[in-house]
Amino acid sequence: MDAILLQILNGLDKGSAYALIALGLTLIFGTLGVVNFAHGALFMIGSFCSVTLSKLFSLSFETVDPTKLDFLGNPSKVTTPYVQAWFGPELGAAIIDWSVPLAILLAIPVMLIVGYVMERGLIKHFYKRAHADQILVTFGLAIVLQEIVKYFFGANPISAPAPEVFRGSLDFGPFFGLEANKVIYPYWRLVYFFFSAGIIAAVFAFLRFTTFGMVVRAGMADRETVGLLGIDIDKRFTVMFGIAAAVAGLAGVMYAPILSPNYQMGMDFLVLSFVVVVVGGMGSLPGAVLAGFLLGILQSFASMNEVKSVIPGIDQIIIYLVAIIILLTRPRGLMGRKGVMEE
Amino acid sequence: MSRSNFTRRGLLKTGAVAGTTFALPTIFTSRAANAFTNEPTGSSVTFGFNVPQTGAYAEEGMDELRAQQLAVEHLNGIGDGGMLSTFSSKVLTGAGLLGKEVKFVSGDTQTKADIARGTAQSMIQKDGVIMITGGSSSAEAIAVQGLCQEAGVIFMAGLTHSNDTTGKDRKANGFRHFFNAYMSGVALTPVLQKVYGSDRRAYHLTADYTWGWTQEASIAASTEAIGWQTVQKVMTPVGAGDFSSYLAPVLNSGADVLILNHYGADMVNSLTQAVQFGLRDKQVNGKNFEIVVPLYSELMAAGAGENIKGVYGSMNWNWQLQDAGTKAFVKSFGEKYGFPPSNAAQTCYAQIMLYADAVTRANSFNPCAVAEALEGFEFDGLGNGPTLYRKDDHQCFKDVLVMKGAEAPTSQYDNLEIVEITPVAQVTYAPDHPMFAGGALGDCNPGA
Amino acid sequence: MFGLDRKDTVFMLIVVVIALSAPILLNPWPAASQMAQFNAGYPDLMQRFVVYGIFAIGFNILFGLTGYLSFGHAAFLGVGSYAAVWMFKLLSMNIIPAILLSMVVAGLFALVIGYVSLRRSGIYFSILTLAFAQMSFNMAYSVLTPLTNGETGLQLALDDPRILDAANTTNSLPVTNLFGAEMRSSVTWNVGGWSFDFSVGYYVCAVIMLIAFYTSVRIFRSPFGMMLRAVKSNQQRLNYTGINSRPYTLAAFVISGMYAGLAGGLLAAMDPLAGAERMQWTASGEVVLMTILGGAGTLIGPFLGAGFIKYCENIFSKINDQILHQWFALLPDWLENTLVTVLHPFIGKGWHLTLGLIFMLVVVFLPGGLVEGWNRITGLFRRKPKAKPSATTEPAE
Repeated sequence: MDAILLQILNGLDKGSAYALIALGLTLIFGTLGVVNFAHGALFMIGSFCSVTLSKLFSLSFETVDPTKLDFLGNPSKVTTPYVQAWFGPELGAAIIDWSVPLAILLAIPVMLIVGYVMERGLIKHFYKRAHADQILVTFGLAIVLQEIVKYFFGANPISAPAPEVFRGSLDFGPFFGLEANKVIYPYWRLVYFFFSAGIIAAVFAFLRFTTFGMVVRAGMADRETVGLLGIDIDKRFTVMFGIAAAVAGLAGVMYAPILSPNYQMGMDFLVLSFVVVVVGGMGSLPGAVLAGFLLGILQSFASMNEVKSVIPGIDQIIIYLVAIIILLTRPRGLMGRKGVMEE
Repeated sequence: MSRSNFTRRGLLKTGAVAGTTFALPTIFTSRAANAFTNEPTGSSVTFGFNVPQTGAYAEEGMDELRAQQLAVEHLNGIGDGGMLSTFSSKVLTGAGLLGKEVKFVSGDTQTKADIARGTAQSMIQKDGVIMITGGSSSAEAIAVQGLCQEAGVIFMAGLTHSNDTTGKDRKANGFRHFFNAYMSGVALTPVLQKVYGSDRRAYHLTADYTWGWTQEASIAASTEAIGWQTVQKVMTPVGAGDFSSYLAPVLNSGADVLILNHYGADMVNSLTQAVQFGLRDKQVNGKNFEIVVPLYSELMAAGAGENIKGVYGSMNWNWQLQDAGTKAFVKSFGEKYGFPPSNAAQTCYAQIMLYADAVTRANSFNPCAVAEALEGFEFDGLGNGPTLYRKDDHQCFKDVLVMKGAEAPTSQYDNLEIVEITPVAQVTYAPDHPMFAGGALGDCNPGA
Repeated sequence: MFGLDRKDTVFMLIVVVIALSAPILLNPWPAASQMAQFNAGYPDLMQRFVVYGIFAIGFNILFGLTGYLSFGHAAFLGVGSYAAVWMFKLLSMNIIPAILLSMVVAGLFALVIGYVSLRRSGIYFSILTLAFAQMSFNMAYSVLTPLTNGETGLQLALDDPRILDAANTTNSLPVTNLFGAEMRSSVTWNVGGWSFDFSVGYYVCAVIMLIAFYTSVRIFRSPFGMMLRAVKSNQQRLNYTGINSRPYTLAAFVISGMYAGLAGGLLAAMDPLAGAERMQWTASGEVVLMTILGGAGTLIGPFLGAGFIKYCENIFSKINDQILHQWFALLPDWLENTLVTVLHPFIGKGWHLTLGLIFMLVVVFLPGGLVEGWNRITGLFRRKPKAKPSATTEPAE
C-alpha cells in the first residue's frame, strides 16, 4: 500500500515535468507545425537561468587573508558575495538561498526573448519548408545553444540547491492513517508538482478565456480563414512561440534542484518530450498533458522492484512500449486531431 | 608560440620523407617494412591523447588532457619537471625520449566506446602514434585497449575503474595505473566498519552496465565479509536523471545504508535526490541512515555540492596528499592552470611518465620491449607511494585513499578530505581472483 | 550500359573513379605540410565514409523516395554489427558469412518493425520506429548483456570457437579477412612529399559500396521506385486507384534496413567490435541529418552528407590549440594569438559548435542540401543551366 502510494506520488511528480515540457513542445510542434528539435535546449537554458542567477548572487569581491593558505601555499583569498555586503549577511544569505525560485523572474523575460528571437530570426522562414529542413535547422540550433552554454559553464553538472526551507521531506503517513516515516516525499518535489499544475492551468486559461487565446486557437484550427478575417495571425504565433519557450524554460528553472543542470540535459529530454507529445496526439494540448502524467505514472510503477523482478529491465523500455501500444491501438494517439502531421 | 617548432618539425619531417622517396620515387612500401607499428624514424615521437572532450565526461577528459600536455612539456625539458625529480627511476632527464622530441595529438572520444576506437584508429593510422593514453570510462578503455592490442601499440589506460579492464578483458599491450572496483571495496569496508559498525543493512542502487555490476559485486562481497547484510540490489538505467522511483522504496526496505554504484552525472543526481528525500535525516533500526558513494571524483563532488558532506568513498589519488611527488605535481599543474589537478589528471600524467621511463630503460620504442620493461616494475615518487606494475595482469598495486565529503571546506577544491590511506597490502589480490578471472593477456603484439 | 541510361552511366563511372582513387584524392596535401591535418586519406576514415555512405544511401531509399521518416534506423545497423561479430566469434574470420548474416538479420528485424510501424504514417510512424530502436538500445545496453556484452561492446576473444577456421595456435587474436586477404593490411606509396595508403579493407568497402550504389540507382529508376515516389506525392490518391501501397513501402523499409545491416556488418568487418551506442537515437538522428544535409531524394546527396559529418567528427575534433599556433607561426605574435583565440571555440572540444553552425547555414542558404550547392556552382559555369542535372531527381518533398 505505502509502496504504491509512493509510486503514485513519484509518477505525479515525474508526470508533471513531462507534461510541462510536452505542453511547450506541443504549442510549437502540434499547432504551429514546426518540428522543433531545439525544444530540449530551451528547457536546458531555463535550468541554466537558475545556475546563472545563483552565480550572479554569489559574485564576490576578494580580500586576502594572510592566516590561511591555498593549495599552492600562497595566502588564500577570502570571498564575500556582494549581495551580502550590500544587504547585510543574513538577508544576503537568504537571497542566495532563494536563487532558484527567484530565477523564475529572470527566466520569464529571458525565455520570452529567446523564443521571440528564435521565431523571428529563424523559425519564421521555415513554416513553409519541409519538416526535414526544420529538423536540420533546429537540431543545428540546439547544438549551437548547447555549445554556448558549455563554453560558459563547462560540461559538468552544476549544483543548484533548493532553498533551505524546502529541503527534507513531508511525511504523508499520518494523512492516510499509516505509520510515520512510511510515506515520505521531498518538499521540493511537491513544490514542483504544484508549480507545474499552476503553469499548465495558466496556459489553458490563457488560451480558453482571453480573446488572444481564442484567436490563436482559431488560427491553429484554420490558419488561412483566420488570416482572411484580417487578423494578423503571424504576430500572435510569434507570441505563442515566446510563451512556449517560456513554459519550457520554467519547467527547467524549477527542475534544477532535482537534476543538476548540465549542458546536455536538453537532449535527454528531447526524445522523451516528442514521445509524450505524439502519444498525446498531435495538435492536442490536453492530450500532451494527459500523456505526460500517464507515462510518468507508468514509468514509476515499472521501476518498482516487484515489477522489475518479474520483467527485468522493464523500467528502461516502459515508455517506448506504452507508446507503441497506444499508437497501434489509437491511430492518432490519445487525443490527436485528424490530419496533423500525418503526411 | 612555436615558430621554431614549425620549422624544425617541417624540415625534419620533409627531410625524412624526401630521403626515402627520392631514392625510390615510386616504390610501394608495405607497413611490414618496419620492425613494429609506427616505428619512429624522424627526430620526434608522437603520443596519442584520446580523451572525452564532449559529452558527459568532457571536464574529466579536459583535465586529463591538461596533465598530458604538462607531462609532454616535462619530458621535453620545458617547465619545472614536475614529478621527474621525485620519480624513483632516474633515467628520464627531460631531454625528450631516446633523443627524440615528444609530440602529441589529441582526439575527442565523446565518452563513447565506438568513437573512442575510431579516434584511436585515426591516431595510429594517420598520425603514427606509438602509444595511446586517456579515456574516462571503462567501456572506452576496454575498446581502445583491444584496438591497441590488434594494431600493435601500447595503451596506457586513463580513468577506468571496472575490474574487467585488467580482468576479463586484459590485454598484453594494455596497462592500468588507476585502481579498480575490487580495491575500492576492500579499502572502503574497514573504514565503514569503524564508523558505522558491523551490523548494517545495505541497499544498492547500481548503474545498469558492466562497470556498475563489477562495483556492486565488489562492494557487496567485501561488506558482507564484515557482517553487513545486503537487503536489495536495484539496477537503475544509465542516465535516468530522475531517481525518485528508485529512492522512494529505500526507507521502507529496512535498510540503513544506501550504496550508490553510480558515476558521473548519475552519481550527482542520485546523491542529490537521495539527500532531498531526507534519507540522511532519518533513523532506521535505531541508527542514522547513511549513504556511501564507493567511487569519488573531484569533479563529480563539485557537481553534488553540499550533498556530499560526510559521505564516504574512495579515490585513486588526491592533491591533498603530502608526499613529495604529489607536492611537485600539484605545484607544477597548479602554477600552469590555476587549480589543483584531479585524480584522472594524475593517473594520465603518471602513465606517461611510466611509459617514457620504460622506453628509456628498454632503450627501444618496440611495444614488446616497453611492455617487458613495465611488467613487474616497482617504483615510487609518482604520488601513490611504492607501487608495483604486476606482470600477470598489468594492473598497478598501490595505496588506495578512503575519502569523505568535507564538513567545512575552505575552498571549492577541498570538498573532499582524506580519511585513511589504505596500504597496498590490503588491496592486493591474486591474479586469478574470481572477479578477475576469464581473461588472458595473450602475447604482446608489436604490429607490422 | 548495365541497364542505365547514358547520363546515369557517366555518373556511375565518375563515382567508380572517385571511389577507387579516394586514397589519392583525399590526401591532397604532402604528409609533412601543415595542411596535412586536413588529409582524410587514411584507411579508417575512408572506410567510415564509405560505410556510413552505404547507410545513408539505404536510408534515402526509404526517406527520399517514400517520404517516410524513420527515426530508428540505427537499430538495424547495430543489429547487423552484432550479427557480424557473432559470426566472427563462432564461425569464421572470413567477412563474407558475417556480412551476409548481418544483412539477413537486419532485414528480418526491419520486416518485423516495418510491418508494425507502417500501419501509421507521418510523425506517428517516426515515433514508432524511434520507440523500437530505443527499446533495442536500452535492452542491448543492459538486459541483453549476455548477447551484446552491454556497454563494453561485443569483442573477439582468444577462446572463441570459430569452427570453420583452423585452430588458433598463436596467442593473439585473429584478423578479419576475405579468403586470406587481411582487412588491416595496406601498402603505402610514397611519392614526392606525399604518402598514400591503399588498404584492403577500404577497397572491399568501396567495391561493396559501388554495388550498393548501383542497386540504389536501379531502384530509383525502376517502376518500383516510381511507385514509391507516388506514395510520397500522394498516398491517398494512390489508394483510390485501387493500389495497396503497403507492400511497396514495406519492401522499401526492408531494403533500407538491409542496407543499414550491411553497413553495420562492414563496420564490424573492418573493426570487429559492436557497441550498443550504435543503436541509440542519436545514431538514428545522425543518418537523418546526413541525408538531409546532403540532399534527401538525390542519389549522391546522402553520401556527401555522410562524408561531411564524419569528416568534421574526425578532423575538426583533432585540431588543438598547438596545431593552430603552428599554422599561424609565421604571422606576428599578436595576430597569431588573436587568430588562435578567435578560432579556439570552433575546434577540438568545440567541433560540435562548428557542426551545428554548418547545419544551420546549409539549410538556410542551400535548401536542397550540399547537392544543391554543387549544382549552383556548376550552374555558374554553364551557359544554359539545366533544369535538372543528372545527379538529382526530386528535391526533398
